[in-house]
Amino acid sequence: MRGAWQVFQKDFKVYFVSPIAYIVISIFLILSGWFFFSTFFLFGQAELRGFFALLPLLFAFVIPAVTMRLFAEERNTGSHELLLTLPLSGWDVVLGKFLSALVFVGIMLLPTLAYAVSVSLYGDLDWGPVLGGYLGALLLGASFAGIGLLASSLTRNQIVAFILGMAVCFTLTLLDKMLFFLPSSLLGVVQFLGADFHFQNFARGLVDSRDLLYFLSVCFLAIYATYLVIQEKK
Amino acid sequence: MIAIRDLSKHYGSVCAVNRINLDIPKGEILGLLGPNGAGKSSTLRMLTCFIPPSEGDITVKGLSIHEHPLEIKRLMGYLPESAPLYHDMLVYDYLRFVARVRGLGSAEQEERIRRLCVQCGLQDVMHKSVHEISRGYKQRVGLAHAMLGDPEILVLDEPTAGLDPNQIVEIRDIIRRIGKEKTVILSTHILSEAEATCDRVVIIHNGAIVADGLTQELKQEAGNTCDIHLALQPTDYDAVRSALSAVPGVRDVVRKNGGETMLEVRLSCSGEEDVRPALYEVVKRREWVLLEFRREGRTLEHIFRELTKEN
Repeated sequence: MRGAWQVFQKDFKVYFVSPIAYIVISIFLILSGWFFFSTFFLFGQAELRGFFALLPLLFAFVIPAVTMRLFAEERNTGSHELLLTLPLSGWDVVLGKFLSALVFVGIMLLPTLAYAVSVSLYGDLDWGPVLGGYLGALLLGASFAGIGLLASSLTRNQIVAFILGMAVCFTLTLLDKMLFFLPSSLLGVVQFLGADFHFQNFARGLVDSRDLLYFLSVCFLAIYATYLVIQEKK
Repeated sequence: MIAIRDLSKHYGSVCAVNRINLDIPKGEILGLLGPNGAGKSSTLRMLTCFIPPSEGDITVKGLSIHEHPLEIKRLMGYLPESAPLYHDMLVYDYLRFVARVRGLGSAEQEERIRRLCVQCGLQDVMHKSVHEISRGYKQRVGLAHAMLGDPEILVLDEPTAGLDPNQIVEIRDIIRRIGKEKTVILSTHILSEAEATCDRVVIIHNGAIVADGLTQELKQEAGNTCDIHLALQPTDYDAVRSALSAVPGVRDVVRKNGGETMLEVRLSCSGEEDVRPALYEVVKRREWVLLEFRREGRTLEHIFRELTKEN
């Protein structure tokens, strides 16, 4: 695990050396701020529902942009040959990179706490859904980061990694909104597969073990698949 | 130290490495020689656990690459071909990262990086970003990367590519110095390099070993055939030709130029015996005026070219 920690430090640092981090964080904050405040004053409700309702869509777009370089760039420049011949196991590399993306997502979310604070100044904010929402946001972010990481490990082209990751994340987000196409026997299963469905439970302040299990499973499957790809694709 | 057994690597239908067997004892500097695409890099990549072999096994100190890749990677320092480093990192940060991964303590890290910085001539680029530095400096950073953990085995894929002549000499010195205690395996297609640095040379062609021997032995083998260069004051070439080709050991006499000032001939000789005394006797007896008399030992280059010629 010491190796994973070193990989994490390296990749996390590299985020902030290149302009990518600042651009992605700026876009995220501008969009989320706009979505939040454009409806906030119309409804006049002291809640963050507007923000959380659109968060999965934003994440589906932003997180693959965060993760796209993690493996694709290494493969493209050949530096993965250096990385994989250092005394690091495949797990060290995959977990280190995953962690760097996850912490990046956490840092991206941090400034949005200002919405909650400013709302609480003007009205009586119910903190339950807010905390649940942030817990959900982290879990959702972890799942999407895992998916983005997997997409990045599959190709040496960052653009392909981005589009692939985005396609999967969008599908998971929109799945439970497309249910009217399906026969009723499949409804339950497909709805359960949708990321937004589980996330909105958190945003309502409900921490249900089924939702937790969903996000943890997606995360685990994506990371494990990435590990297999790394082992196989040498 | 290292035992390679029946090692093969296929890329689709292409066979890059074909059943290679090789034993490398501790403390040897082994040069892997071959034309482009011979399978040198593939062999080194399998040795460093970067790519798995299609067949066969490599054991390092009794540990198989299939079962103990992590332990083997710990024993090895590897410089991949053309040193693909992280572009966005500072040289210093990069070396720190490698030192940490290799588990050096923080005091040890500083000391080790400082020493390698001097040894590889990196003082001027330590605080530059990798994408700003030149090809030769990248190569040097790659070398520092390989030596950082003070590994027992050093695997260098074309270590002097992209370096200037002075730097090449320095790097060779470093390699020879390290080779006194450690095992070094380097690949190159520059023959003089293998000749100058390696104790033992293995020539690979089309994925198979075509020659394997101590550099001295190979050189001697090559040395049994040699060229002798002779320059005389202008005289009758036919007489020279017939007199010289009569000397035992001389296989062929070729006239290089028949200029006004000098008559130059090249003799191809073979055999254990040195033909020079006999030649000198002939020249003396005929009272030719000798201007130049030079033996050109054949180098590894000749062996290499003979062995790796297509068909």
